[in-house]
Amino acid sequence: MSTLIEAKDLNLFYTDFHALKNVNLTIPEKAVTAFIGPSGCGKSTLLRTLNRMNDMIAGTRIEGKLTISGTDIYSQEVDVETLRKKVGMVFQQPNPFPKSIYDNIAYGPRLHGIKSKQKLDEIVETSLKSAALWNEVKDHLKRSALSISGGQQQRLCIARALAVNPDILLMDEATSALDPISTLKIEELVQDLRDKYTIVMVTHNMHQAARVSNQTVFFLNGEVVEYDDTEKLFSNPEDQRTEDYISGRFG
Amino acid sequence: MPNKQETTIDKTNASSNPFKNSRVSILNKIMPILLFLCAIVSVFTTIGIVITLLSETVNFFREIPIFDFLFGTKWSALIEPKQFGILPLLAGTLMITSIAIIVALPIGLASAIYLSEYAPDKVRRIVKPILEVLAGVPTIVYGYFAISIITPIIQFIFPSAGVYNALSAGIAVGIMIIPMICSLSEDAMSAVPRSLRDGAYALGATRFEVALKIVVPAAFSGIVSSAVLAFSRALGETMIVSLAAGSTPTLTFNPLDSIQTMTAYIVQVSLGDIAHGSIEYGSIFAVGMTLFVFTFLLNILAQYISRRFREEY
Amino acid sequence: MNIFHDANRKQIANRRVKDKSLHMIFLLATSVGIIALTVLLVDIIIDGWSNLSPDLFTNFPSRKAEDAGMKSGLVGSMYIMLILVPLSFILGVGAAIYLEEYAPKNKLTRLIQLNISTLAGVPSIVYGILGLALFVRMLSLQKSLISGALTMTLLVLPIIIVAAQEAIRAVPRSRRDASFALGATKWQTVSRSVLPSSLPGILTGVILAASRAIGETAPLIIVGASTYVAFLPKSLTDAFTAMPIQIYNWISRPQVAFKDLGASAIIILLAILILLNITAVIIRNKYQKNI
Repeated sequence: MSTLIEAKDLNLFYTDFHALKNVNLTIPEKAVTAFIGPSGCGKSTLLRTLNRMNDMIAGTRIEGKLTISGTDIYSQEVDVETLRKKVGMVFQQPNPFPKSIYDNIAYGPRLHGIKSKQKLDEIVETSLKSAALWNEVKDHLKRSALSISGGQQQRLCIARALAVNPDILLMDEATSALDPISTLKIEELVQDLRDKYTIVMVTHNMHQAARVSNQTVFFLNGEVVEYDDTEKLFSNPEDQRTEDYISGRFG
Repeated sequence: MPNKQETTIDKTNASSNPFKNSRVSILNKIMPILLFLCAIVSVFTTIGIVITLLSETVNFFREIPIFDFLFGTKWSALIEPKQFGILPLLAGTLMITSIAIIVALPIGLASAIYLSEYAPDKVRRIVKPILEVLAGVPTIVYGYFAISIITPIIQFIFPSAGVYNALSAGIAVGIMIIPMICSLSEDAMSAVPRSLRDGAYALGATRFEVALKIVVPAAFSGIVSSAVLAFSRALGETMIVSLAAGSTPTLTFNPLDSIQTMTAYIVQVSLGDIAHGSIEYGSIFAVGMTLFVFTFLLNILAQYISRRFREEY
Repeated sequence: MNIFHDANRKQIANRRVKDKSLHMIFLLATSVGIIALTVLLVDIIIDGWSNLSPDLFTNFPSRKAEDAGMKSGLVGSMYIMLILVPLSFILGVGAAIYLEEYAPKNKLTRLIQLNISTLAGVPSIVYGILGLALFVRMLSLQKSLISGALTMTLLVLPIIIVAAQEAIRAVPRSRRDASFALGATKWQTVSRSVLPSSLPGILTGVILAASRAIGETAPLIIVGASTYVAFLPKSLTDAFTAMPIQIYNWISRPQVAFKDLGASAIIILLAILILLNITAVIIRNKYQKNI
């Protein structure tokens, strides 16, 4: 597997707080990478750095280099809008817009200049199919997105992210607000999507990381302690702290 | 209530029934009634407004047929032959209100979007108090602003404009209601959850696209109700129009003409010496009633909009 | 290879330009309010500064601008405040306590609450008409100080009630529980525990209401405040004038000398308002931590 994302000596500060410390990391293409670690360890911060969502928090400062397919995403070469089109994101709480299901999916493509109704219809259908939601909602696309269940809303948000044709999909604890059955559906979906997309997920649930990811990164106090193939990291970690964490001794 | 009393009572009552303290419990019973009376004052205020307006208006309509009042196109209350057709006053009022809304709505909304979506925290902390100050300036001061600054500028641009004209007063009223539209709309926009914005930003939306396509639609009912409230406020504005718009009730569509609003008429009559029971005295109430009905309906509409269409993000 | 290659850069560049230009437009719109306020203040100071003299405080109005002062207006406004502040405080806080602490959840309570918010939207001139019919005519108080003060009290009542309700609501449940647990009655709890805690908020509301009342002009004109009063009211039923009435009288005259005098009077009015607002801010900041 070739490397798609690479962080080199990456440091991030929120005003005075040193949130990410000397992060060095590579993330492979078309695979699932999971970020694990206790809360406040920096895993979500790094995730939000990948599509520059941290830019919106006043006082954020970044040092070091973060490249995606060789391009420094904090350089002038990339517009933040382009970056976010290529790097989609799904959040902890489902956040559908207060619009119809159709308009939720079409929102992104419309932003990026697609106007033809026929093309939009096509995108809506394929995105909903990719997110395994098409069969459940195809008969009421005009209904409010707030009328469907929480699990369906989260899959709608995934479909919405896929609709702008990203290469990378970030998932920030995307199942933590869902019931077990909905969680299972999303996990299955992630398995299906990894052939086409590079997926980076933050999870507070180690078992989830073990179930769905190919590579796992363990964070502690803003540092990357260890990253490796998921199987290896969970069965034979190199660092004592990793072992303590995955065996449930803290966190 | 003073401490002393109760401690002495505690002693006197202690012997009879240790669980009963009569003076304290009397106070405990009387106070709710007194407080209720305070609360009911506001209801009586409304009833008082409605009854006084209604009874004097009915008297007025005994002399002036209601049809002539509502549809008459000439208002000449103080000069013979007296005529009481409210349309010129209504037209004057609507002209002022329309100018004010045309000025205030775009500026107020744009400022609200700036403050809620673009402004850094520091700027917001400075601008919001300034807008509060602007909202607290008495309307008589805006009236001075209209006649000493706005009117000369208008006369410079349009030499045909009179010393008193609707445009000047309308602009001043508009400036007066900007803070109201801005702060109420900004409240509505700030109430839109962060997560919706994040969702749009994560799809590659620019700030303007987030504001226009996510925040404004989500806050729409709050924005509309702020505009309706501002409209109602402009409708009832008195001092600015009395000072700057003139006192000639004419049915005109030229904003450079001198006009008269309903409120300015009431002031004009009140400044003179009017006999109780005279037709002029009655006309204050008829005009006041018209104004009250309009503002009341607008306020109800604003409340209905913000309740009926409350956003469930 | 590079995933950013296929991006439609031109389309995104256009959107960014649009975003930037609208940013400028929004900023410009926001500055309109600030510019208006600045122009207003500068204009008033230019017109009125040179006339500011002790005469303005000590002289009665006069037909000659150079002799005219606003003593009767200042004193009239002060008297109105002396009646309005305690009266509206008692009525307003009483109503707020009732609604927050005692009122049952029934139709009448909802009606009172709805009524208060509706009253806040009634134009001030309509209160003037009410005052004219109720106080001046029906209660035969004539065009007097007390008629004006009572009318203004009704006008500011909704402001105080709403502010006091918010302040009372902000007192934590635990304070009330602590008081009840010590055997206090409902009224003892309200008067000794809830009220002291909410007093700063209530006072801020009273000050805001007072600053609204001090600048209000229209209702006083309707209840018959005179524009030319060369004496001070000696009793509640004497004729009166007030600061904004005096200002209105001066600035509505055609002579520039009187207009400038009006500007000087506006400076004084605004100074009083600023003083009141600073007091409100100080009270708010000083007691905010203790709630």
